[in-house]
Amino acid sequence: MRVVGKPLPKVDAATKVTGRAVYADDMLPARTLHCRILRSPHPHARIVSIDTSAARRIPGVVEVITGADLPIKFGILPVTQDERALEHEKVRYVGDPIAAVAATDEEVAAAACDVIEVEYEVLAPVMSVEAALVAPKDERIHDYGGPHNIHKLVALEFGDVDGGFARADSVREDVFFFEGNTHLPMEQHSAIATYVDGRVTLWSSTQVVHYVHRALSKVLELPMHRIRVIGAAHGGGFGGKTDPFAHEIIVAKLAMLTGRPVKCTLTREEVFYAHRGRHPVLMWVKTGVTADGKITAMHFRSALDGGAYGSYGVASTFYTGALQTVTYDIPAYRFEGCRVFTNKPPCGPKRGHGTPQPRFALELHLEKIADDLGLDPVALKRRNFVKPNTRTVNWLRVTSCGLEECTDLVVKASKFHERTRTRGHGMGFAISSYLSGAGTAIYWNDMPHSEVQIKVDRGGVTAYCGAMDIGQGSDSMLATIVAEELGLQPSDIRLVTADTDTTPIDLGSYSSRVTFMAGNAALEAARKMRALLGDAVEASGRKYEDVPFEEATVLAEARFGTLTTAGSYTPPKIAGPYKGSGVGPSPAYSYSACVVDLDAHPRTGLVNVNKVWIAHDVGRAINPLLVEGQVEGSVYMGLGEALMEEQVFRKGLHKWPSMLEYKSPTFLDVPEIETFIVETVDREGPYGAKEAGQGPLLPVPPAVCAAVHDALDVWIDEIPVTPEKVVEALRRKDKGEPPRYGPLRFPLIPYPETIKVDGPDGHQDGTY
Amino acid sequence: MKNEILRHVERVVLTLDVNGERHELLVPVHKTLLEVLREDMQLTGTKHGCELGECGTCTVLVDGRPQLSCLLLPIQVQGRAITTIEGLARGSELHPLQVAFAELGAAQCGYCTPGILLAARSLLEENPKPTRDQIREALAGNLCRCTGYTKILQAVELAAGRMT
Repeated sequence: MRVVGKPLPKVDAATKVTGRAVYADDMLPARTLHCRILRSPHPHARIVSIDTSAARRIPGVVEVITGADLPIKFGILPVTQDERALEHEKVRYVGDPIAAVAATDEEVAAAACDVIEVEYEVLAPVMSVEAALVAPKDERIHDYGGPHNIHKLVALEFGDVDGGFARADSVREDVFFFEGNTHLPMEQHSAIATYVDGRVTLWSSTQVVHYVHRALSKVLELPMHRIRVIGAAHGGGFGGKTDPFAHEIIVAKLAMLTGRPVKCTLTREEVFYAHRGRHPVLMWVKTGVTADGKITAMHFRSALDGGAYGSYGVASTFYTGALQTVTYDIPAYRFEGCRVFTNKPPCGPKRGHGTPQPRFALELHLEKIADDLGLDPVALKRRNFVKPNTRTVNWLRVTSCGLEECTDLVVKASKFHERTRTRGHGMGFAISSYLSGAGTAIYWNDMPHSEVQIKVDRGGVTAYCGAMDIGQGSDSMLATIVAEELGLQPSDIRLVTADTDTTPIDLGSYSSRVTFMAGNAALEAARKMRALLGDAVEASGRKYEDVPFEEATVLAEARFGTLTTAGSYTPPKIAGPYKGSGVGPSPAYSYSACVVDLDAHPRTGLVNVNKVWIAHDVGRAINPLLVEGQVEGSVYMGLGEALMEEQVFRKGLHKWPSMLEYKSPTFLDVPEIETFIVETVDREGPYGAKEAGQGPLLPVPPAVCAAVHDALDVWIDEIPVTPEKVVEALRRKDKGEPPRYGPLRFPLIPYPETIKVDGPDGHQDGTY
Repeated sequence: MKNEILRHVERVVLTLDVNGERHELLVPVHKTLLEVLREDMQLTGTKHGCELGECGTCTVLVDGRPQLSCLLLPIQVQGRAITTIEGLARGSELHPLQVAFAELGAAQCGYCTPGILLAARSLLEENPKPTRDQIREALAGNLCRCTGYTKILQAVELAAGRMT
């Protein structure tokens, strides 16, 4: 291959390093109005009245709107349309939007928000999973779901779980907690809208132009053809810009009312309230194993603190139980999940969406089982690895699987088995897997998930795709694939992306779907174009390779007229025959293995990570430079979650909605990362490619905790692993108590009757 | 705080030397350098991440030293040489740091990149052959959420090697 597999610079690198990339807040069309949003100061309250008259009197204020102007509810999932752009009946977290002002200056808009009078009837907030499970003091947060403040309950069983436990030689139960944390993109969310000739145009820092398009259409009551959504240059998402947001709808409405461009850029504090980040999840897991460490059955329970709205929460709940089976051969599996509403900013999808928490629990749980049995944890995990080309007991189809290769690479490079154990120094190992795109769309339909058009004329090649480059390099991936097929360089390909007027659909940059899906669509379109060009050249009695590209385009345009081709990608229908089976299936899974080396101070509890070795099965690295960047970024973010990042609350208030106090790793905190790319060449991925952006985060937190145990003989069963927790665990150990820090019990949850599902035929025997 | 906006906004005439060009401006006296660069001079290559001095995203050079433009009033830096990302390249010729960042994939979303490039230029002017730890120290005030910092460190080293 000419360009696939080469470490070429990103196609947009020059605009990024010169400051020329235009992010949403960089846009300032003539007569732009600035929008600020009044947000709730109470975690839970009924709105009695809103008086905007004083705000309207301020010179420079052009328009003020409240929930009465935008009453239609929306939400990312069709089953949870529970948000309003502005609330006029009830607020559910500190930061819930209530009113919005468009003014000639941002300061004027902010001052106008200050004088809007809102009368509240304050209600008792619900601030924990435990509180959500019992009758509320005042009233429920939402009037759906239940009992009490439960949002969603799931109970599924695959195969004979009780039989599996009965034939186990030993059974172990553990409880773990994964604290919530947030995406913290460097760029605050920003959107700017215009209304011209009866049409709304919105530029936004979003990962999902198509879903924003749909939400705008619904709430503004405009047909989709009168709305255009364009993804501006994107300053970081990580899942935090994957919902349609209030400010996007608000600026569109204000543009419609004022006839002027309206811009809203959130403050950093507001970004913490917009959130949709990692759910705090309490987990209980019970596993039966044979004496030699083979898993016979597993029972996994999760309780998710969902925050104030649905967001992706139903999917998040299923994800906490879906992918356990994709790394380990679990012959019988029961999953019970629960998501509750609390009066906090809504949780949603952050890098790994619902799977880093159970991965953390599962990896540490197996670590403890190995410890019980006196087995090497690597050997115990290996004994249970899934094999390529199998179906899991919950019907997930595994194709390529590089777990063995990944494990070999990191274990050897780190000399994991040759380490000498000294107090205060430890090494830990963990693995993971992630989707290469969700196999089902957010809203049910039979249409493709990604589409690409290519236009070739005497001026060159242009590729059109709805895919949104959020910095991960999806534009470069598209250009590389088209260039490869046509015999060009990526820099030769012009791109038009993420514009609902001019590009065919792509569902967005989430669930690690873009390379697999948009890549396959680009491959189809490019191969069709190559065929057209080849036919024209051959008709002239020559070979494509012998003719300059420009000449081939002239021959083909003369012969066929306008040269356009299209390709699309629809995932295979591989979901299992049960309700809820739509979450988990993916056309392919990535695999990762990781070793962490750290020092954990036996007196202060301070953890200092020395080095991380990570191997990632990406199927095929279309651009190894960008794959390494995704892997390194994932490891970094995993270390942040493992050691310091936490989104926590005190009396209904976010404890630290600022970048100074919300600790994230700096240049000084990130150790050397040694990355190995494993290529298993997936049979359905474009050139064999799978995902790289999320999976490598997952093994990092459990590997950190395994390494802390290796160093100090104490288990830290919840993250982040702060010095206080390590010191407390050491103190308990010294007192002869169980040497661990973590949750003691899992609450009693009224799970519904378990839906029993037979495993697929051919489970783990190579046929599927 | 309430109705503060109704009070008279004092404006001041400023002369700023930005990227080697002198600009005379009439701006509200309380506007930060970040705001003046972005809103009054259309130099939007300088980004904002927090506007509280926490993230380093708005870094510019003042007389060659990195400063957080969100914490500076322009009146403080009159007569001093301000360099923004727009002034890093020489015409169309990129600075070696920009070339190295592009080549090694040190910019993903690119939002922190202008600030980090300027902080790195200041470092290399003072210390043309920094160790990796010295680079870490010099850039510790600049957050990046995409890269895990590894490719940025490599790119600064590559540029340093090429510049000497």
